[in-house]
Formats: sequence, C-alpha cells, structure tokens
Amino acid sequence: MPEDLNWAIGGEAGDGINSTGKIFAQALSRAGRHVFTSKDFASRIRGGYTAYKIRTAVDPVESVVDRLDVLIALTQRTVDENLDELHEGSVIIYDGERTTMQDLEIPEGMIGLDVPLKSLAEDAGGAIMRNIVALGAACEAANFPIENLDEALEKNFGDKGESIVENNKKAARLGQEYVEENFDQDFDYDLETTDSDYVLLNGDEAIGMGALAAGCRFYSGYPITPATNVMEYLTGRIEHYGGAVIQAEDELSAINMALGAARAGARAMTATSGPGIDLMAETFGLIATTETPLVIADVMRSGPSTGMPTKQEQGDLDMVLYGGHGEIPRFVLAPTTVSECFHKTIEAFNYAEKYQTPVYLVSDLSLAVTEQTFPPEEFDMDGVEIERGKVIDAGAVDGWQNDQGQFQPHLPTDDGISPRTFPGTSGGAHMTTGLEHDELGRRTEDTEVRTDQVDKRNRKVETAKREEEWDYREFGDPDADTLVLSWGSNEGAMREAMEFLEEDGVSVRFLSVPYIFPRPDLSEAVETAEEVIVVECNATGQFADVVEHDTLTRVERVNKYNGVRFKADELAEEIKQSLAEGTEVTA
Amino acid sequence: MSSDVRFTDFKSDKQPTWCPGCGDFGTMNGMMKALANTGNDPDNTFVVAGIGCSGKIGTYMHSYALHGVHGRALPVGIGVKAANPDLEVMVAGGDGDGYSIGAGHFIHAVRRNMDMTYVVMDNRIYGLTKGQFSPTSREDFETSTSPEGTKQSPVNPLALALAAGGTFIAQSFSSDSQRHAEIVQEAIEHDGFGFVNVYSPCVTFNDVDTYDYFRDSLVDVQEEEGYDPDDFDEAKDAILDAETEHQGVIYQDEDSVPYNERIGLTEDMSDIPEGAPEDGMDLVREFY
Repeated sequence: MPEDLNWAIGGEAGDGINSTGKIFAQALSRAGRHVFTSKDFASRIRGGYTAYKIRTAVDPVESVVDRLDVLIALTQRTVDENLDELHEGSVIIYDGERTTMQDLEIPEGMIGLDVPLKSLAEDAGGAIMRNIVALGAACEAANFPIENLDEALEKNFGDKGESIVENNKKAARLGQEYVEENFDQDFDYDLETTDSDYVLLNGDEAIGMGALAAGCRFYSGYPITPATNVMEYLTGRIEHYGGAVIQAEDELSAINMALGAARAGARAMTATSGPGIDLMAETFGLIATTETPLVIADVMRSGPSTGMPTKQEQGDLDMVLYGGHGEIPRFVLAPTTVSECFHKTIEAFNYAEKYQTPVYLVSDLSLAVTEQTFPPEEFDMDGVEIERGKVIDAGAVDGWQNDQGQFQPHLPTDDGISPRTFPGTSGGAHMTTGLEHDELGRRTEDTEVRTDQVDKRNRKVETAKREEEWDYREFGDPDADTLVLSWGSNEGAMREAMEFLEEDGVSVRFLSVPYIFPRPDLSEAVETAEEVIVVECNATGQFADVVEHDTLTRVERVNKYNGVRFKADELAEEIKQSLAEGTEVTA
Repeated sequence: MSSDVRFTDFKSDKQPTWCPGCGDFGTMNGMMKALANTGNDPDNTFVVAGIGCSGKIGTYMHSYALHGVHGRALPVGIGVKAANPDLEVMVAGGDGDGYSIGAGHFIHAVRRNMDMTYVVMDNRIYGLTKGQFSPTSREDFETSTSPEGTKQSPVNPLALALAAGGTFIAQSFSSDSQRHAEIVQEAIEHDGFGFVNVYSPCVTFNDVDTYDYFRDSLVDVQEEEGYDPDDFDEAKDAILDAETEHQGVIYQDEDSVPYNERIGLTEDMSDIPEGAPEDGMDLVREFY
C-alpha cells in the first residue's frame, strides 16, 4: 500500500467541484494529514470538465503524481480524462441513477461504487448536497473516519445556519453508510490521522498574507487568472489595517495607482499575469527611473497572447528580466513553494523600499492554485522585519537640500540610494519625472548628469548584490556529478523526483533558485559538475539561457549611454584602451 | 496648512519653455492662485502631470509632483489620494493626454469620484509634436496629419464627464484669469472629482481656436439668469448646446460623497509598524 492517497472529484464547471474538493482537503488537514492539491480547469463559468485533485499523506507532500486512487466522477468525461492516471484497484464513485451516467463502464480491474448520490442527498434534505454524499462515500472507500468531515462542513456552511450544517453531516453519513452496507470490497487505503495542526492555503493567498505581514496598505489590480485570488484575499482584510484595494479599469491604471500610492509613502503592490505585465511594462520604466518602491507580482500562465489561461507555464522570465524599453534596474524574485510565496513577498517589499526600485515577484499558476498544508509556525509573524530604507522627516531634510533650499530626491550617493521624503513632509517637496532628470528630479539632457543618474540607479543594484544574501536552496548530494537547476514552482516535483532517481541509483545535486536578479553565482557549481540540467516549464529554456550566460567567457565591454552616438575616433580610442587595460571601459 | 501662503510659493525657479503667449501660462497661474486661496501649501500638495506641453507643469510649479507616462496621470493621482487623503491632489493634462490616450482613465476617474482636481489644458491641437490634430480638433481642422480635415467628430469632454456620472463639471478660459482661478478653486473645494476643461490656446499651431475665438464665443453660465449647476437637465442642455460654448461651473452635484470617504479612507498609509501586525497569527489561523 502506497503511503499517499491520490483523490479527485471531477465534473462540469458549475458542479461545485472546487468547493467540495476544498472541504475534503480541509478535513484531511484538520485530521493532521498533509495535503497538496491541484486543479484541472478551463476558462469558463459552466460546462466543460473540471477536477479538484488531492494528494495526501502523513509526511509532507510537495508535488503531484500520475496516479489516481479514488475518483468521484460526476460525468463520464471525468473518467475518460483520467484514464491514464487510474489503475487496477482504483475506486470510482458515481451516481448510476443519473441518466448520463447509466452507461458508465468501469474499466477492468477498477472498483465502481454506484451510489445514488442525488436520492440520498434528497433524503438528507436536498439534492444540492449530492457532492457531500459522495464525500461520505469516499471516506468509506479510503477508510477515513467520517467525523473528520464535520469540522470542515461547519467551517463551510456555518454561516448558513445550524440546520444546513446538520443536513450536510447527515448527507455525508448516508453516503458512507451506503457504501458500507452495499459493497463488501476491502479497500486498499487507510487514512491514518495524527494530532498535528496544519493550515491549508494556496500561493496567491500566501502572497496576500505576506503583503499584509509586510505592511502593504494599497493594492490596485485588474482581475486576471491566476492572479485574481491575491486581490480577493486582500479585499476585506487590508481595510482592517487602514489600507485599501482598488479594482482598476485596466492594468495600465492598476500599476499607475500603485505608483501613486507608493509616491505618497504607502507600501503598495499590484498582481497580474503575463498579459497584464505586457501592459504594465509601459509604466515599469517610470517606476524605476523615478526610484519608486513597488512590488509587482506576475502569476504566470501559458502564453503568448491569451495562450492557455488556466494552464501552467514559466514563460515570462525573459519579460520580467529584460522587458521594457531602455535599461531598467529591477529585482526579480521567484518563490519556489507555496510557503515561500509568503516569505518572498515580505522580502520583495523590503528590497523595494531599501533600494527604491520595482521588484517583480514571479509566481506561477501551479503555486497559485495549489492548496498545501503547513504547520502554522511556517508563517512566523514575529520574525517579520520591515525595513523601509532611507526615509527622512522634516527634521532631516536640510541635510539633503541644495544651497537654494531645494530637496534633492535623486542626489547621487556612494551606495546609489538617496533619502526620500513622503508628501506632507515640510521642506521635502520635490518633483520627479520619467524624463531623465537631475538630482532635483527635473528634466535634463546634460550628458554628464545623464551618465551620473544612470550610474546612480545601477549602483543601487550593485549595493544590493553586495549587501544582501542571494542564496539558492540546495538539496541532494553536494558531491554528485549531475547538477540540476530549476526556478519557481518545480522545486517540490524535483525533490520527489530525486527519490525516484535514487531508487535507480542516480544521485544528483539540486539547486532551486528563488532569486533571478540579482542571483546567486552558479558558475562554480556549473563548472564542477559533469552534467548540468536546467528544469523549467517553458519551451526555450529561458533560465537555462541565464545559466549559460553567467558561465560564458567574459568579454570586455565598451559602453556609452550619455545620449550621444559613438564617434569613430573616440571608439578607436576606447578599443585601444580596452585592449591595454583588459578591464571594463566606460565611455 | 498655513494661511499666509502666497500663490508664488507654488512657483518653481524654473522658467517655462512654453511658447510666448501660450495659454498654459494663464492656466498654471490660476491653478497656483486657487491652491493658495484654498489654504494649501507646497508641502501638502501633490501635482501629477502627463505628457505633452501640459505635462511640463510639474516642473514649473513647486510642490510634491510626478510627471508620469502619457495618459496615465489620473490613476497616479487616485493612488496618491488613497494613500494619504490629507494631501491636496491636482492632476493636470492636455486634450491628447486626457481625451485620447488617457480617455479610458478619464471616464473611470470621473465615475470613481475621488476627492481631487483635474485640470485639462485644451488647445485642440498636438503642440509638442508640432501640429497634429487632437481629439478635440474640429472636423474640418487641417493639420499635417489631417490635410483635408480630421473627418471625425471631436470629443465633447464635458458630455463624456456628465455621461460618466461626473459630480463637478466646469469649463474655463486661460486668459480670463480671475474667472479661471475662481472655477479651479471651486473644483478644489468640491467634495469629489472636480473636473475643469480649460481652453488654453496654442498660438503656434492652432489658428482657429484662438484667444479671439474663445473671447468672442464663450458664454458664462453664471451670467445666465437662474442657471442652477445642480440641475442635471440644465447642465445637459448647456453641454450639448451646438451653438454656444459655455464657461463656468456647468454641473455640480451638491450631494456628492467622494470615493475615498465612501470606502472609509482616512489614514495616512505611510505610517506602518516595524513588524507584522500584532494580530498577524490570526491571519494564519484563518487557514485552519
């Protein structure tokens, strides 16, 4: 008997698949079992095929596998869609009284449990509870004590009144008893319970909770799968701390509102997916050049264009690393697990404010829709430190004014970071602009000032590279010949894959990289390994390109960025100098 | 806020690069007067500007200010006001910035009714790019990109605002400096989104919508007997009047409650603790 159970409920969109699946996931979590969920879904409100899948074990589970043990099938298509995952001994629960299910053929070797879900639900008080009857039947098939469902039913139906809760409990028991009385199979599974306390949440919720922990007070966004859940989580909670969520008319507006709130001193963020990042790219450069702290979450989905909105992909790496015209200093963080979505969000706010720079927080659909169990201590609120960087009040502005008493928001400093004043601060009034500007924030095309300001902004990144830790997460055998690298949500699947590989005698060193820019130095790990494999959910290997880039032979660089083209005589001189010095040269 | 602020306190030491005679000078002076007259000072004022000749205003005024990307000044202003409702937020733009590339934001800012002021310097031409037609240009207006006229209806910004649920809709003329300042002042004092379309003639590229044209044609609703800005139908008639263009406060909903009040925003969001909220673990326990 495997240690994990893979369970699913499937039907049409509109059948209550998600809410039913989540009730079972909560019941398992409350019974002290670990849970890792996934969803098959399409971008439609009703119809089609949708499924909520749960993998559960006593030990932590961090990935999905290609195996389905217990399936509640509300439609024939649910069985068809999952034939590859079903196996000998799999249990299929269905309602043979349903006209569309009368001809269901249970594949050979599998156990069909024909349970009159609708009739039993009506006996309990209403046909609407047929999914709950199915949950009761599934409890019996998985040897999971029915009482474990009660708390989850109370949590989900408590606000509808005591009698509704009682009816649902009764419905579950009718399903359980029906299987107990009518089928005499021995089921393979035995869902042991423990005394552990777990919380169950998904990556979008973890980002939202991280934002609240980090003092985020302003969120503006435009609904888009799979990022909407961040906005829905914050709505109704951020207000408790004096903050606000504004649903904007589009992503262009969303990012500009967040920019405005950030200029006014709020910790502000927006979240979107690839199509929204495209629109926001316009304002991204403005945020960076005005040195405004802002967190932008990209919860990736399949592209390009509208792509496959409900499917997984890590295709936006190039966009977040390089997107936008001109050269834009930025940070790119990519949480590797659901709980890391929480921690990296907090870090993102700190980096944004310390370095007065936009931060991309790159998550993906897999993290967004996966509900996963964690001990509550995983989200240690006492450990949260808020670092606001150089913010000065009215008492300190005179140290940063010029001799005409004007505050200088972009004054070049050694570390590239200049103090900022929040509006309302006496003596701190200043403008800033997306045009290249001088230290006062006013437009300039002066070649020297331009160069100074570009250097200042880039120096912040250099400071961050030096001052902060840009670690990878290391797993496996540190001396293995094979090095596997990945970023984002692949960490869980890769860690479990290593167990399978180990069984086949393949030992690997695995580095999961949550910092894309700045990023840890991977060159030594790459150079000492015999084989290097980069794992990512995209077609072209965008992170692989980054790894190859970092380990390429160094070239000399001749650069010019003061707004004037190369002149032939000057260029000849630069090249000669470059050859002579063998170091980086700046025109 | 101090009471002894003069309008020149809102002036920066930077000399405008607008063409001599540009309407934007008068528009900006009126804005500065209105800000001073309403008891604001540069430290509590946030000016947001877009792109175009109008966008340069943040440089010539002294206050907290952001000069952003083309057409997106209004959302920035909304964010500023949400984060700190104590700030006086003044957004400035032109007819291209506000009614072309930013038209979507304009409609939604109007209906959102945040307590802020929006001044549009409408010269019916693209000046900074040297003379192409704008969304408010007349149908027969000939420019480098419309040699035989635009062959499109001009936008009626006041009608757009009225249809979008505007609560303060006004029009002024940059050269009628006292009236212009008064109207902007009323927009600032309005509880909600105060929108003023200001005719600010372009003396270089528009030889049709000139100072003389506006001086001769504009009728002030204030001088129309019994005109009631709180009367929606009367405002609608004035705004859709094909014969006469009006200035003044054309529509004002006296019962307007700004969005920031409706969603209960009162706090300065910049003020946050040094760690997670004290009840932070409650957020975690919600997920049991």
